[in-house]
Amino acid sequence: MSDFGFITPLFQWAVFLIAALIALFGAIMMVTRRNPIHGALWLIVAFFSLAVIYLTLNAQFIAVAQVVVYAGAIMMLIIFVIMLIHVETEFLVKRKLSGPKIIGAFITVILFLEVAAAVLSLGGRTAGATTGTALTGSVAEVGNALYGKYLFPFEIASILLLIGIVGAVVLARRGKD
Amino acid sequence: MMDTLFFLIEALVKTIVVIAVAMGFVAYLTLAERKILGRLQVRFGPNRVGPYGLLQPIADGIKSFTKEDIIPANADKPLFVLAPMIALFAALSMFAVIPFGGTVHLFGRAVKLVIGDIDIGLLYVFAFATLGEYGIVLGGWSSGNKYGVLGSLRAAAQMISYEVALGLICMGTIVLAGSLRLTDIVEAQSHMWFVVYQPLTFLLYLVAGLAEINRTPFDMPEAESELACGFNIEYSSMKFALFFMAEYAHMVVIAALATTLFLGGWLGPYSSSVPGLGPLWFFIKVCVLVFFFIWERGTFPRLRYDQIMQFGWKVLFPLALANTVVTALVVALR
Repeated sequence: MSDFGFITPLFQWAVFLIAALIALFGAIMMVTRRNPIHGALWLIVAFFSLAVIYLTLNAQFIAVAQVVVYAGAIMMLIIFVIMLIHVETEFLVKRKLSGPKIIGAFITVILFLEVAAAVLSLGGRTAGATTGTALTGSVAEVGNALYGKYLFPFEIASILLLIGIVGAVVLARRGKD
Repeated sequence: MMDTLFFLIEALVKTIVVIAVAMGFVAYLTLAERKILGRLQVRFGPNRVGPYGLLQPIADGIKSFTKEDIIPANADKPLFVLAPMIALFAALSMFAVIPFGGTVHLFGRAVKLVIGDIDIGLLYVFAFATLGEYGIVLGGWSSGNKYGVLGSLRAAAQMISYEVALGLICMGTIVLAGSLRLTDIVEAQSHMWFVVYQPLTFLLYLVAGLAEINRTPFDMPEAESELACGFNIEYSSMKFALFFMAEYAHMVVIAALATTLFLGGWLGPYSSSVPGLGPLWFFIKVCVLVFFFIWERGTFPRLRYDQIMQFGWKVLFPLALANTVVTALVVALR
């Protein structure tokens, strides 16, 4: 990608900073919205700015997959379900602390600490490694890795997903037949 | 440093030219559609404003700018305003990777006739196509109107189904060309157009493309006879016009993508020797496809909703899957 040779580290840093702030803001807004549709939309904003961060790391394929799969397909399904079962009328109900919420908050804090510990233990090493090598995330690289070195785990994962789908259909239809 | 400056200027000029040409094309596409539909229905179509009605798009523009802009009291106001903008933004963004010509030499620089010749061109188009759906889905939902919500639901379900099929259908050409870069795909067709190798895929693409842009016979989200216009029922004045422009821009993108993937893009007789002929060939091919889109609208009746979903998942999807497998096998054994 010699076309992007002019992007100085300063510019990259600025793009990263803006995208990261928008992602954080979107995530906070997503958690605090009462209306589930608004929450889902802020999640899309967060996903989209995550894709921009992937782009600054030269991971083009992951960036587009993030937009197509997460911001596109999965969030569209979530919005579809929210609209279909009309939970947007329930946002008037007052929020109260419940058991699942406390457990969820606990797990979230642990996850955050884990990620923070991992990032801090790496120090400043990864930043240079990812920006230094170009084309690490191009489609050809990802394809070669997925269908070459990691073919077996990749196929196992796809079979697992297929079993999940079939299982969901079986569970959903059990009462009907 | 000067290279960077020239690169920025070049990108800016190309962006402005492409958006201007695309919007002009979209404006006159509305007139062409009304005129051709009129002829198909044995009437004249608009012919009062200007010679042959040629100023009709301008009159329409002035009308939609000056009409009263109504936001329903029941509407979710920020989303109601945002939805048409998302739709048009996504539709126009897709033009960024469509190559409309080869490389030309201007002012001593080799200029590629595409705004962004990126490695993931085709995926980029799909990414913005999925984002464009949010414009329609949110537009219907935020109106606070039951017909609007029904239109949104239909749009969401239909577009997800057909987007999957559309992506799989394009796999055939990706395998043949060995690249996702749209200029590479066009150059791989320098000996023979891909439509010759994959006529069935081309037909499948046209069907899935029509469903993707909600066009008759797949215009479920706005079926006027049952949903009273569906997702855009509460929209008036310029917001409605934005939806309208987005729909037509999306139609041009689908036609341009079909040209790029199957009809050899800008390639044609003498396209490499005569400068300017490449974009002309591209334009002609897009016009032929767009004419087909208008023609079939005047021909086919609307399908029923369950028929559309069944067709998408039980006919189009398996055919696309089989096409991918067969193409990959043939390419691997060649």
